[in-house]
Amino acid sequence: MTPRDEVLTRIRAAIGLGAAGPPGGDRAADASRQASPAPDPERPEELVPGYRIRGDLDRARLLDLLEARLIDYGATVRRAAGPGLAAAIGTALTQRGARRVVVPSGLDLPALPPGIEAVPDDGLTPEDLDALDGVITGAAVVIAETGTIVLDGSPDQGRRAITLVPDYHLCIVHAAQVVELVPEAIARLAPSAGRPLTWISGPSATSDIELSRVEGVHGPRTLEVILVEPP
Amino acid sequence: MSTFLGLPTAPRGVGHLRGSEPFPVAARRALADSQLRRNLAVATTTIRAKRAAVVAELPDWEELREAGQAIKAETMRHLDRYLERLEAQVEARGGTVHWARDAAEANAIVTDLIRADGSTEAVKVKSLVTDETGLNDALAAAGITAYETDLAELIVQLGQDRPSHILVPAIHRNRAEIREIFLREMGDVDPALTDSPAALAEAARLHLRRKFLSAKVGISGANFAIAETGTLCVVESEGNGRMCLTLPRTLITVMGIEKVIPSWRDLGVFLQLLPRSSTGERMNPYTSLWTGVTPGDGPQRFHLVLLDNGRTAALADETGRQALHCIRCSACLNVCPVYERTGGHAYGSVYPGPIGAVLSPQLTGVEDNASLPYASTLCGACYDACPVKIDIPSLLVHLRARHVDEVRRARRLPSAEAITMAAAAWVMADPRRYAAAQRAGKSGRALSRGGRIRALPPPLSAWTRARDAPAPPAMTFREWWRAEHRDRP
Repeated sequence: MTPRDEVLTRIRAAIGLGAAGPPGGDRAADASRQASPAPDPERPEELVPGYRIRGDLDRARLLDLLEARLIDYGATVRRAAGPGLAAAIGTALTQRGARRVVVPSGLDLPALPPGIEAVPDDGLTPEDLDALDGVITGAAVVIAETGTIVLDGSPDQGRRAITLVPDYHLCIVHAAQVVELVPEAIARLAPSAGRPLTWISGPSATSDIELSRVEGVHGPRTLEVILVEPP
Repeated sequence: MSTFLGLPTAPRGVGHLRGSEPFPVAARRALADSQLRRNLAVATTTIRAKRAAVVAELPDWEELREAGQAIKAETMRHLDRYLERLEAQVEARGGTVHWARDAAEANAIVTDLIRADGSTEAVKVKSLVTDETGLNDALAAAGITAYETDLAELIVQLGQDRPSHILVPAIHRNRAEIREIFLREMGDVDPALTDSPAALAEAARLHLRRKFLSAKVGISGANFAIAETGTLCVVESEGNGRMCLTLPRTLITVMGIEKVIPSWRDLGVFLQLLPRSSTGERMNPYTSLWTGVTPGDGPQRFHLVLLDNGRTAALADETGRQALHCIRCSACLNVCPVYERTGGHAYGSVYPGPIGAVLSPQLTGVEDNASLPYASTLCGACYDACPVKIDIPSLLVHLRARHVDEVRRARRLPSAEAITMAAAAWVMADPRRYAAAQRAGKSGRALSRGGRIRALPPPLSAWTRARDAPAPPAMTFREWWRAEHRDRP
């Protein structure tokens, strides 16, 4: 019997016979190879009890909550209304002192201030990325209650390595991308479940030394968010 | 090796599920280490407060716990189906699935995969299951170096130490001890390194950066695997996980078969329960989800190793089965009065604390971890803290019963405990015998000081070795009742 068949046979023995037989017997060997009954395609109602699946905040409060939660976990937040985005990006990059930043191909950016170069991701190696000053991306979904940005690898966010190796991540979030609760984000992400997803809540951190939180270990040590509201 | 329904438990001689000595012996030594007790008290007090604060923020915390419990119970009922679905989905997306009956088989699979890649080293994400199987030792024996990249695991590996906590494996070390380990073992550290956590984290960043950028093989565990979509999930804080899951060309993920969850929607429940219970954060800094292989993004070879190693033996025990619901948050460790004082090493297994006391004996067979079900006061704090509502106190009692039954079957002659219980039953069955025994018990007052008896003669000394016995009262209840009601009918 292959290891696969043997493990599956053991499982069927375990769930099929329960604890009815005395320990010490050799029931696994006799167990039927029959699979367990198929799970109900419509999941039983007991599996969706009363936890919240929809938030109830209005747009203004939702964005305020997001901002507070992002700041609480060490991210920097700027607000911009439609046409103010270019200025917000310029200020962020200038204050950071970033000169060369990687920009994914699908991210529609206003012109960057003079002296700041947008580097396209044409197969940059990890070492190339390590030499850059930062990365600018969009986002797929953003969760206010937890202050979480979800990237799904869409063209405005790029592959995972570009938001990982550079030490500075500037993320542009549009108000329409913000949901209140984790289950709302899960529902929005369902169509892209097969894509590589990265959930980011604040800059990289550790609490491994005496459980005291230190921001900035291996991932970007600075996370900056520009929250774009409709004009 | 014991069997339950004939299902094999985790084999001896490989991995880290068994201690070299029983819990009471190891605990006694741990209790004598005052530095360890100080470190543990600080850490568990901190994390308890953080957890309580973020749990209180959610109005539907209890509903989420109920959902988590229901999803896990449903998974166990159809575990074969969900694993087959997971396998099909992972392979449809370009991954390869391997099945391992036990630790040795899992280690051999991973070793062969790294050799097939042509590599002699690998970077690792913190993973309990590969610690369970003793993967690093097996790789070293095959000439392959595994680099632990989680800060706490790095501290443990460099210190040639053992993890002592599920979430914070180096919880037993304070900053001064960690600084010494880094200076001694890293080789490339500035001698002016201070012991501030920020400076120590920076030293780890510099030490590992080159390894990450040149790594060819990454090894991880998995927090969740979604059968419906074939998606794997790893939650972490530092970004070392993202490095290992993204930069290498080959990724090998080892997971226990109980980590599968049925559907995408279920993830929304566990991603709320786990971080709040674990680090006491609303959400951990990084969560990575991937499905098979994505062209142009991340490792182009993905292997998933599904491990049994005694899990099916636990599954066969309908009561014990719920230990497999564990999502490894470690909340039960942090609230446990026993763990807080002894630390994790005393449990002997990679799974310490209350959940370890019910999981390890089931994976190994109760006789190989026979002292663990007794390593608890049954206070119930673990049950209240568990995000998936595992009834750990009842499981402990259940496993104690299994242990007693196994001993009885094995030795034929009744144990001292069984004789005592039989004698007690005989005494209590008759009111006159019971009254006489109570009167006789009063003589025990001669042994007491300050209302407590600190040492009883054998065989009762087994009780007072670890606890005081209360002094018997001067008057039995019956005597008191008679005196109180003398003038009344």
